[in-house]
Formats: sequence, C-alpha cells, structure tokens
Amino acid sequence: MSDVVYHLEGVSKSYNGRLVLRVDSLDIRRGEILAVVGPSGAGKSTLLRLLNFLERPTSGSIRFLDSEFSPERTLPLELRRRVTTVFQRPILLNRTVWANVAYGLKLRGRRQSAGQVQAALEQVGLTSIAQQKARTLSGGEAQRVALARAMVLQPDVLLLDEPTANLDPYNVGLIEEIVRTLNVERGTSLILVTHNVFQAKRLAHRIALFLEGQIAEIADAEEFFGSPRDPRTAAFVRGEMVY
Amino acid sequence: MRGLAEAFRLIGTLDPALLEIVALSLRVSGIALLISALIGIPLGALMGLSRFRGRKLMIALLYTGMGFPPVVVGLFVYLMLSRSGPLGQLNSPLIPQLFTPGAMVVAQTIISFPLVAGFTMAAVMGVDPYLRQQVQALGATRWQTVLAVLAEARIGVIVSVIAGFGSIISEVGAVMLVGGNIEGSTRVLTTAIVLETRKGAFELAMALGIILLSISFLTNVVMLRLQGKTFDA
Repeated sequence: MSDVVYHLEGVSKSYNGRLVLRVDSLDIRRGEILAVVGPSGAGKSTLLRLLNFLERPTSGSIRFLDSEFSPERTLPLELRRRVTTVFQRPILLNRTVWANVAYGLKLRGRRQSAGQVQAALEQVGLTSIAQQKARTLSGGEAQRVALARAMVLQPDVLLLDEPTANLDPYNVGLIEEIVRTLNVERGTSLILVTHNVFQAKRLAHRIALFLEGQIAEIADAEEFFGSPRDPRTAAFVRGEMVY
Repeated sequence: MRGLAEAFRLIGTLDPALLEIVALSLRVSGIALLISALIGIPLGALMGLSRFRGRKLMIALLYTGMGFPPVVVGLFVYLMLSRSGPLGQLNSPLIPQLFTPGAMVVAQTIISFPLVAGFTMAAVMGVDPYLRQQVQALGATRWQTVLAVLAEARIGVIVSVIAGFGSIISEVGAVMLVGGNIEGSTRVLTTAIVLETRKGAFELAMALGIILLSISFLTNVVMLRLQGKTFDA
C-alpha cells in the first residue's frame, strides 16, 4: 500500500466563475494528522468538500488510493465511502442517538452492527444516552454523536471541519483526545480544518496555511511553528492578522 | 338527536346498503389516495430538492391544483371520458368508463395529488439544506439522500397525505358528475347525503354525515399514530 492517500494535482474550484481554491500539488500521507489553518474564505471548507467527493473540482484531479476523481471521473461508491466528514455544526437526524450512530452502517447495508455502534458510543462516552432523542442533546454531546457516527464507519480518512468551534473547553478536550486516539490506534488519516492555531499545534503532525484559496505554506508542525519560511505564516503563528 | 340515534341503529344493525356505500367510499378514495401518494410524494420531493428549468411554473401549477374546485375537475374528467371525449373515444380497457368507480378514482386522484405533492414539497424544503451534504458525507447514494430528507420531513409528508385524504373523502362535486350516484354501483357517502337531504330523509342524511365524520376522524387518528413513530432501528 502506498503511503499517500490523496494526491492533488492542479486542483481548482470555482463557483460562478469565481475562483475559491487552487492547489497546484498536495500529498496527504497515510496516518497523518494534517491541520489546515487560515482565515475564513480561504477555501478550507471547499477543500474538505472536494476531499469527501461531495463536489467535483473545476479542474485538475484528486487521486485517492489509486483512483481518480476529476471533473470527468467520479469515484466508485465503495471508495467514496472510505472517507467521511464531521462538520462544524453536527446535523443529527431526528432519531435516537443510537439510530444516528447506526445510520452510516445502515446505508452500507451492514447488519449485526450493534457491537460496533456500542463501541463507538463508548469511545465518545455517550452509552448512557443511547436511547435519547438526538434533538434533546447539548452542543457538545451532539458533536460527540457526530464523531461516533463517523468513527463507526472506520473510514480510511476522517475530515474534520472546525469540529470544536462552538464548544466549551471540556468538550474540546474530549474531542481532541478521541481524535488523537483514533489516529494512533487505527491509523486513520485526519484532516482538520481549524481557525484555532493552538488546536493545530496540539494535534497536527503537519500544518498547511491557506490564504485566498492557495497554500501559503505547508510544513511539519515543528517547522511551521518554530521556523516558518513565509512571513505570513510567522505572523499567523504569532496570532497577528495576516489578512 | 334523531339523526344520531338513526346513525347508531344503522351502524349497529350493519345495514347492508350502508356498508356497501361506506365500502365504496373508502375504496374509491383509498385507491385515489394511494395513487396520489405514489405520484405526489416523489414529485414533491423532486420539486423540493432539485432546481430545474420550469420549476417555478410547475410550482405555480401545483399551487393552482391545490385549490381546484372538485366540480370543475369532475367536469373535466367527464368531458375526457365521455363517449365522444378524447379518451372515451379510444375505448381502451385501460381507460375507465364514465359512471364507474374507476372514473371516480381518476377524478379524485386529480384532486388530491396536487395537495400531496404541494405539502410534501413544502415539508422537504423545510429540512436543513446541510442535512443532504451531511448524509452524503456519511456515504449515502442519491436515493438514500432523498429518503433521508423525506424521513426528516416525515411529519409534513404525513400531513400531506392527511390533507389529500380529507380533500377527497369529503368531496361531492366530482364523484357526483363522473360517478352519477348510481345505487349499488357508484353511490358514496357524500352523494348519498345529497340525495337523502333532497328526499327529505334528514335522519338518514344526518346518519350518513356522522359516519363520514367518524371515518375521517378515525383515519386521522391512525395517521397521527404513524406520525408519532420514529425510525429507531
């Protein structure tokens, strides 16, 4: 197996003729945690939508595990299902917590998944409210359900789009720990979009700074924070405005 | 009061003529509702979820359809199905003849399906648009996405079916025109009420009215119970 899960080449995305993302070349490695930081409107969420194959790039190609996703080519469903996203706002189905976590497995037609659902709920510490209606949950609980719902699928890649942006420190800590464990124990590749430089520092192996739809700098965490090459990265790391 | 007593007597004795009328009412409206749901729910979902050319026009037509006067629908179906009408002429076994339950089903379907489709569309449009992105991210196919949205909109979808049923079980103009209120063949509750009232048999008319209301009430109770159910597997 190759150690690169995604290889992006000349990828761009425009909406109504307005270019929002342009990535000339980017490799995402198996088992790494890549943090994508940058101001809003920098194209971070667009990148995740492309990486989850929810939208096609306007040009270029994304190679995922030796298959190509491009303006002309879609991926087979089986491959598409090896990636999933936890979004900033957890949109849960109006069902019980249990049914929400089981949902993705049901889509895949998997039976006898009770053990997996149970295990995922244990990982996020929510077994006690399994039968509760999802809409009665607090923000932190809802986001943990969303995380369990994604983890139960055992994806090769888990995309996280500002997963802790609206949460209290306790839940932020919990979620970061769950995510780190997932990466260490299962080797799941994680791509984490965040506004929060400190979160990137706490979690990521590698960090990419996006500015105006392009990668300004991408480097290992140590280098990114210790000796940034791009002056804008240096400013960003110091918490200054770079936009 | 006497109407009430008469109603209970008729129900209690299981009056065969009455049973036949009730059965036909339920059969005609039930089949029409089934067809309406089979067409209306997918159509409503499609119109609520996708953007295509002519969608605005279709919505306008649908809303107009939701307010169709049944008697006008009856007239339209009558003209289409009559011996010299464009469909009646074909003499096809697939096309029901005038003054048969089949013709009544056609008319009632036309009345109820815009309601089912319209309310379904509104319900589907009320679902958080990001839900689709979320379920797709979890691996849903197109179909599974549509089903997930319909499941989230289930209360509205059930209301659409209730509205469709209410519009036809209580409708008299169209069934009168295309059915003809023939005893033992096309007489339903509403047309029987009209007839008995005209004859001055107010007790019987009242009795039929009460039965009609009860049927309406009972079906709604059943459907509301469905609404309370969730999809917890």
